[in-house]
Amino acid sequence: MGLKILTEHINVPGINTLETYRKMGGYRSVEKAVKTMTSEEVVEEVKKSGLRGRGGAGFPTGLKWSFLAKPEGKPRYLVCNADESEPGTFKDRVLMEKIPHALIEGMITSSYALGARTSYIYIRGELMFVLRILEKAIAECYAAGLLGENILGSGYSLDLHVHPGGGAYICGEETALLESLEGKRGNPRNKPPFPAVWGLYGCPTVVNNVESIASVPWIINNTGDEYAKIGVGRSTGTKLISASGHINNPGVYEIELGLPVEEFLFSDEYCGGIWKGRKFKAIVAGGSSVPILPGELFLKTAEGTPRLMTYESLSEGGFVSGTMLGSGGFIVMDDTTCIVRNTWNFSRFYHHESCGQCSPCREGTGWMEKILHRLEHGHGNMHDIDLLVNVSKQIEGNTICPLGDAAAWPVASAVRHFRDEFEWHVKHPEKATAPGAVYSGAEDLAFA
Amino acid sequence: MEQTTTQNEVQFSDAAMAEIRRYISHYPADRKKSAILPILHIAQAEFGGWVSPEVQDKVAEILDIQPIEVYEVATFYTMFNLKPVGKHVLEVCRTGPCMLRGADHLIEHLESRLGCHVGENSADGLFTLKTVECLAACGMGPMLQIREKYYENLDPQKMDQLLDDLSKE
Repeated sequence: MGLKILTEHINVPGINTLETYRKMGGYRSVEKAVKTMTSEEVVEEVKKSGLRGRGGAGFPTGLKWSFLAKPEGKPRYLVCNADESEPGTFKDRVLMEKIPHALIEGMITSSYALGARTSYIYIRGELMFVLRILEKAIAECYAAGLLGENILGSGYSLDLHVHPGGGAYICGEETALLESLEGKRGNPRNKPPFPAVWGLYGCPTVVNNVESIASVPWIINNTGDEYAKIGVGRSTGTKLISASGHINNPGVYEIELGLPVEEFLFSDEYCGGIWKGRKFKAIVAGGSSVPILPGELFLKTAEGTPRLMTYESLSEGGFVSGTMLGSGGFIVMDDTTCIVRNTWNFSRFYHHESCGQCSPCREGTGWMEKILHRLEHGHGNMHDIDLLVNVSKQIEGNTICPLGDAAAWPVASAVRHFRDEFEWHVKHPEKATAPGAVYSGAEDLAFA
Repeated sequence: MEQTTTQNEVQFSDAAMAEIRRYISHYPADRKKSAILPILHIAQAEFGGWVSPEVQDKVAEILDIQPIEVYEVATFYTMFNLKPVGKHVLEVCRTGPCMLRGADHLIEHLESRLGCHVGENSADGLFTLKTVECLAACGMGPMLQIREKYYENLDPQKMDQLLDDLSKE
């Protein structure tokens, strides 16, 4: 059993209520911060913790906070990115649904650190039922003096609101999220200026992921140095991993960074191994945007070193033989999975979700989807496989926001590691979508 | 003619107006437009599961903005239905992790049960079948959403049961 910072009390009955949450030690960080610490001291602790953005980018949270501009006469904002839409990722939703106060406590303590007087939680619109859970918890906090004017008699005041999105993956990109919060289409902004200088309503703004913000209370209660002792090297603390696909125990798990990958995938405490006694074929380890890896390259690096659940270990080998931890969305595939079909599915997602602002992404994602559809349905040729890689290279790095890269990487990596499977689809057009060959087909699944 | 009639009838209930005012109060006074997505959600729930051009005009009026500012938002975000829908809108996740657990087959099953394709309404007008991208339920797939509720870990029996229950409502 690893240390649980975020989910220790997740199964305590009534943990969604303020009363139970406080009984379990909740809101101590607010008390400590607003009554005994300066905002700079709170920022300093988060810096020392080494906490890195849990939304996927892994940028140090404390450093991001320290970039926040503080011009006279302008409000500053903290916006929580709860627009969790990355395929394979459902950790923030589970955390907010079960322990809404974990996020709210983090929002209050973090807002104090940043000098924000109004903060927002931008939650994806589909999670309206979670929005209602959060609003109920926020109302409890107002009634208890934890939000509103003069919090706990400290003189610090904060308003916290939840804002629903409208169903657009792109709004998980922080500047698209801010545009959306301003009531516009979610088109990412050109950077610089970064949100730290020009964010919500042109004011200095920090945008942080749910899990990052929910990690702040423990850091304040126990110090940044203590947090930094958890984990390995620059991967400090714990991480929520969303595990899905062909495993025995799908779900959300909190792990200490540094856990061996093999233990996470195969021990009964976590994923419990591949379902139906099948073999481990491939994995997308950081949400759909990161490169796919064959099972053997995921468990061990090309040099044969067993991988650990850290940002560094998963990216060892670069894009040639490594991947990224990203948002920690583990999508596991057994040996019956058709990689072409899976890649087509992901490409269709990115084509659907492209905001259309940059031509390479708007046009390129459509091209990739079409080519992959052709290959998967037995109408492709060998030239298509190279064309696919060619198109992905023309998107990568040529767009305002990272959606272009996120669309390109899964495709390029799938061809890199599973080229024979793409060629098989060209050579066996009559069997390309047929069950039993590479793609498992209906008989293995619940909906046979 | 019908449109003109509808336009005259776009009137939010008192409860919905109270909710709209609550959302508007969350943003700076000169940034009312921020409330556009929350209000579109309220409008969609209020007016039969979709937002007609007349409803969008009403939203613009409430927010003191040009109608085009609402149109461009309503057409960008996929949660807003721009044409009439059935009584129950089934939004089935079709993305990778759900596909690995059988989403394709769930969709086929629904098409055959409802006698309509994705994007269409069932003949009895009760159901609209939609596919959507990842709903953050990857460990509980295959799944679908109906209004604010998630139905997870579905299999054919559970799905049929759910359709039967909804048909009786």
